[in-house]
Amino acid sequence: MLTQLQVLGQKGVRIIESIGRATVLLLNSILWGGPGSAGFKDLVKQIYSVGVQSLVIIIVAGFFVGMVLGLQGYSILVDFGSETALGIMVSLTLLRELGPVVTALLFAGRAGSSLTAEIGLMKATEQLAAMEMMGVDPLKRVITPRLWAGIISMPILAILFSLVGIWGGAFVAIDLVGIDEGAYWGNMQGAVEFYNDVVKGIIKSIVFGVVVTWIAVYQGYSAIPTSEGIGKATTQTVVISSLAVLGLDFVLTAMMLGGL
Amino acid sequence: MSDRQSYITIENLSFYRGERAVFKDLSVSFPRGKVTAIVGPSGTGKTTLLKLIGGQLTPESGTIIVDGNDLQQLSRTAMLELRRESMGMLFQSGALFTDLNVFENVAFPVRTHTDLPESLIRHLVLMKLEAVGLRGTRDLMPAELSGGMARRIALARSIVMDPDLVMYDEPFTGLDPVSLGMIVKLIKSLNEALGLTSLLVTHDIEESCSIADYLCVLSGGKVLAFGEPQELLNSENAEVRQFLRGEPDGPMPFHYPAADYRQDLLQGVD
Repeated sequence: MLTQLQVLGQKGVRIIESIGRATVLLLNSILWGGPGSAGFKDLVKQIYSVGVQSLVIIIVAGFFVGMVLGLQGYSILVDFGSETALGIMVSLTLLRELGPVVTALLFAGRAGSSLTAEIGLMKATEQLAAMEMMGVDPLKRVITPRLWAGIISMPILAILFSLVGIWGGAFVAIDLVGIDEGAYWGNMQGAVEFYNDVVKGIIKSIVFGVVVTWIAVYQGYSAIPTSEGIGKATTQTVVISSLAVLGLDFVLTAMMLGGL
Repeated sequence: MSDRQSYITIENLSFYRGERAVFKDLSVSFPRGKVTAIVGPSGTGKTTLLKLIGGQLTPESGTIIVDGNDLQQLSRTAMLELRRESMGMLFQSGALFTDLNVFENVAFPVRTHTDLPESLIRHLVLMKLEAVGLRGTRDLMPAELSGGMARRIALARSIVMDPDLVMYDEPFTGLDPVSLGMIVKLIKSLNEALGLTSLLVTHDIEESCSIADYLCVLSGGKVLAFGEPQELLNSENAEVRQFLRGEPDGPMPFHYPAADYRQDLLQGVD
């Protein structure tokens, strides 16, 4: 009993310790500047690698999710004779929820895991240590541009996801099931509010961008520098950030809808 | 040895890896402007000692003074500053940046820390690459280099800022005889021409005796002997003599500490 309690306590202490370390890492790397700090070029390079290279998966996934929403929404709404509201349903679902959340989950799998593996391998091959020995702070040089690239890319990807999803929904609604084009777009235009739907969705995706990228760079930076350690860190990035996104989504939604 | 003569002074240093003491009350100083080779059996903490001097590891107790700076008193920024101004280190693996080509790897510290014009950077980098005999590889990526070549590039990178102290971690491993001869000569001439203080962790006794001004024999977390190579080769201490001459029989332990061999075998499976 006592040993079980001990193990539990130990795990608790370890979790709090890593939250503390991750916070210190975030505070030390969120601002630009300092010895050997990364430049604008590094940021662009990282936005290319985490953002631009995630475009294919985001666009393809967005289109399919939009099409599925169109089909499912139609089959529900048609029973009530309100299939002309399909445009509203697809757009609100995507802008408020699925855009930010699915983008963040895909981003964690596509970009988060590769950030962790890249930083972990740089650590294992002593590249980070070599940087330190040259008087360059690896936090500023390696972590800062990656962190910001994630924070900048996520909302843009989420907007693109929603945009393509709405097109996917329109394709199903107008071309496949034959809903009137004017009704699909017109009802959507009438129902979607810029602040309440679009801006709140963007705020969500910015928060997800910070959290997912933060978890990814922390896992890479604190990985045990062996092949097993890096593998484990990569898995943890995907698991922890997915759970964090889903949990935070509930909290943010509750706050934004005023339910809490 | 007075402070003016010694570049690095270590006093009562203790460092633990988990429960195991790597160093306990280690005191040693390394003279300024000389090549000191740190030798000793595997696992005795030679690389760890370099990392402690470079400030990458923090000791449990004791002081490390590098060029008058007490490392424990320095802030993170001041430590980076000290490394930038006066330290260079060659890592065992080379530690080249895999996303940059050879030229950019060597140019990295210069580009990061100075605002020199491109033409001057080019000269500097090509001079260092010429010194290690790899000017022709400037456009290759690290993945296209052999281990020995990568280490020579890393050597060029560690000296490109002309540091006061260069720490070489196993610089001779994996080099062909011609490169080995050239690198030995290079380390010696750098030391003579620029007055560098060089620390050399190596297993190559013969090569290190040929260039080192001093040998420091580490064993079991202690300095077993410190002195000029010739003096140590004829040392009274049987352990030192055995190690430097590579004799299989003698007092120096070959085995990692373990339970009695016979008992271990007889015990069977747990």
